[in-house]
Amino acid sequence: MKWATRRHCHVDRAACAWLIRRFLDPEAEFVFVDDPDEVPADATPFDMRGVELSHHGGGCSFEAFLQHYELADPILWEIGEIVHEADLTDERFDAPEAPGLDVLLRGLSMVRDDNELLALSAPLFDGLYEYRRRALLSGQQPA
Amino acid sequence: MRESGNRCCSRMNNSGMPVKRTRWVLLAYRVPREPSTPRIALWRALRRLGAVQVVDGLAALPLDARNREQLEWLAESVVDADGEAMVWIGELGSAAQERELTERMAEAVAAEYVALVDDVRTARGQPPGPQRRTLARLRRELRRIRARDYFPPPQRELAQQAVDELAASVEEPVR
Repeated sequence: MKWATRRHCHVDRAACAWLIRRFLDPEAEFVFVDDPDEVPADATPFDMRGVELSHHGGGCSFEAFLQHYELADPILWEIGEIVHEADLTDERFDAPEAPGLDVLLRGLSMVRDDNELLALSAPLFDGLYEYRRRALLSGQQPA
Repeated sequence: MRESGNRCCSRMNNSGMPVKRTRWVLLAYRVPREPSTPRIALWRALRRLGAVQVVDGLAALPLDARNREQLEWLAESVVDADGEAMVWIGELGSAAQERELTERMAEAVAAEYVALVDDVRTARGQPPGPQRRTLARLRRELRRIRARDYFPPPQRELAQQAVDELAASVEEPVR
């Protein structure tokens, strides 16, 4: 399937792309556009104004994906809180990882193009998922 | 000294180069009076971003990718709340108007820095345990203010110094 989002991805779009590839569509192809009008007819748009898979009710696009596709995995919702705070910094959640994740992704976006950013950040989110999975299972900070 | 040319249009900085006019991203909005929750959420978000209220229903931030994106999301939330919103990109018509606006923004954050310095002063009298926790809170607060400080006033340096000094005193070995 084809998925479209805005050019110059940052944390929310990188996390959404990771979610799509890992949990929804392993063959996903991403198209980056400057304006919502440029979204190809056969692509599903996300993280842009006026579409369903985007910011709603004060939530970020990653959270919109979890809701829309009814992904109940609690680890994904924890990651959703981190992405929310990294993207919106509105202190709705307690996510101490968020400022660090924001800086890492923002910095990466300065030295890599969108495709590379998604390729490089995916293992980061894999690792974040694994870390939170172990933390959830053990009830402790994994080391 | 050489007469500087057209004063209305050629603001110079120290290096003698003309100062580039700031580009702004603006949110023009109208939110229904009731329910009040979306109004308050919008007001809080604009405040957190450090936006300046140009007139009622028009808020501005210096243009960058992040600010533009944040205002786009706020516009979306206004529309979701049955209001109207548009995001504009613009510059002010004169350097004097720009100065007036940026000074207003600098004064707003300056007041926040001054309040922070006061908090540091209060923390000075605390015992070591609570003082350490207060330091962590004040460091976070300083980071929050700096994130919305687009035209840094001199008070910024004072606030940084005050927090650094508190940190130095907290980290001294306890006898």
